[in-house]
Amino acid sequence: MKTIKLTMYFSANDITKPITYHLIKDYNLQVNILHADISLNRVGKLTADITGEERDIEAGLKFVEEQGVKYKLFTKSIIWQEDGCVHCGACTAVCPSGALRMDSDSWSLTFDREKCLVCELCVKACPLRVISVSL
Amino acid sequence: MGYKSFDEINEKIKNGKAVVVTAEEIIGIVEEKGAKQAAKEVDVVTTATFGPMCSSGAFINFGHSAPPIRMSKVWLNDVPAYAGIAAVDAYIGATELSESRGMEYGGAHVIEDLIAGKNIRLFAESYGTDCYPRKEISTYINKNNINQAFMFNPRNCYQNYSAATNSSDRILYTYMGTLLPQCGNVTYSTSGQLSPLINDPYCRTIGIGTRVFLGGAQGYVAWEGTQHNPGQKRGENGVPLGPAGTLALIGDIKQMDARFIRAAVFEKYGVTLFVGVGIPIPMLDEDMAIKTAVRDDRIFTNVIDYSVSDGPRPVLRSVSYAELRSGRIELNGKLVPTAPLSSIKKAREIALMLKQKIMSGEFFVSQPVASLPDSNSINKLEIRGNGNEND
Repeated sequence: MKTIKLTMYFSANDITKPITYHLIKDYNLQVNILHADISLNRVGKLTADITGEERDIEAGLKFVEEQGVKYKLFTKSIIWQEDGCVHCGACTAVCPSGALRMDSDSWSLTFDREKCLVCELCVKACPLRVISVSL
Repeated sequence: MGYKSFDEINEKIKNGKAVVVTAEEIIGIVEEKGAKQAAKEVDVVTTATFGPMCSSGAFINFGHSAPPIRMSKVWLNDVPAYAGIAAVDAYIGATELSESRGMEYGGAHVIEDLIAGKNIRLFAESYGTDCYPRKEISTYINKNNINQAFMFNPRNCYQNYSAATNSSDRILYTYMGTLLPQCGNVTYSTSGQLSPLINDPYCRTIGIGTRVFLGGAQGYVAWEGTQHNPGQKRGENGVPLGPAGTLALIGDIKQMDARFIRAAVFEKYGVTLFVGVGIPIPMLDEDMAIKTAVRDDRIFTNVIDYSVSDGPRPVLRSVSYAELRSGRIELNGKLVPTAPLSSIKKAREIALMLKQKIMSGEFFVSQPVASLPDSNSINKLEIRGNGNEND
């Protein structure tokens, strides 16, 4: 089993196709939608973690391509060096997915890697420079 | 008449009998027992803050070389320091930028490196005099081979501060962090119910000479801070509704701990310094019990639109710190995420550390030698010249 993270870009015409349904049903993939911005007659995008056997993932991605849907795999990830962090919270101001948030009891910064969209806004927003992006 | 004097409280501290609680702990005690009883039982309340404070810096005396130099221009790790004072004295300001690395390194980093015991490259120039013939020097200094290094911060511990948002269509990079377009977020920067001057809103116990925890060392209030504005509008509890009092603080860098003084870079704004400050508030009487029991839902500030720069920034709404700390507030009919810039976690750590130090007799409260001004007005810088020089 393997997990990949990707963003699919739908043209305004594509959104009538139930791509996610097919990935799950026909290719036996687990699809965890992290972020979606899709509406009728507009270009949309969907970011998800996809988990499954390697060959199923490959076949699923081929299917996506055949449907004319473009996708981009996440090859980077965000690294938070907790040791140097002062837990100020400045990064949470820009995090669109809630991956970086303040625990309301301890006021410690928490980072939920699964929710991270690797938008990299936090890298610049961190005043202590303890957030970086890895390839 | 008070229940206790500073001397009585110090006597208790000396004998290991003082009851010390943090500004968060006092809230429940006053709610449960009432202010009168709390004032009798508790001797000291510890407050703290750990936030970015640009108006910070340090005086350094490097010692004399042979032959000696009257340094007229000084760089520390390529960051210019002000040398227009005596021969080997200089002031390194927190926000000064490196001439080789720009915004990624500045005066704040020099100060952090100095505290951490690192070697720092000193380069200085001079025009040379009969008494100071040397014209250039290049060497390395650290906190052990210089004479004095003391932090002197003209403005720390802002008593309340406005929250920030941005109604424009572009991202704004500010000292209040990254402000997303169309009021996409709100940032705020005080430690609220833990904050020193919010717990003593009229500065009854905090004045010139007050001993404070500054960056891990014992420091002092030297003066009112710059832009000190006790005339700010206040709520019924006396807490100002916007930026008000400030403190100028002084302390020995050689005794500081790099955990409590951290350099920071705000994207496209510049360098600043996170300063950890703790101030003990002696529980003189019932009034101080009421004041120190202030809660985040009774502390208010304004949300200001930072996209307006050609006049006073508009106030979008008033908001309590309890609302800000809930993670979202309503703004123009929509829920907007909020984010702190001042570390509550570190402020708590400092308040607890100060509590321990007082309980173990290492830290005493001090009666101010003079009060801070209780009235003051803030002047604006007008554009003068050509006939209106005296306006």
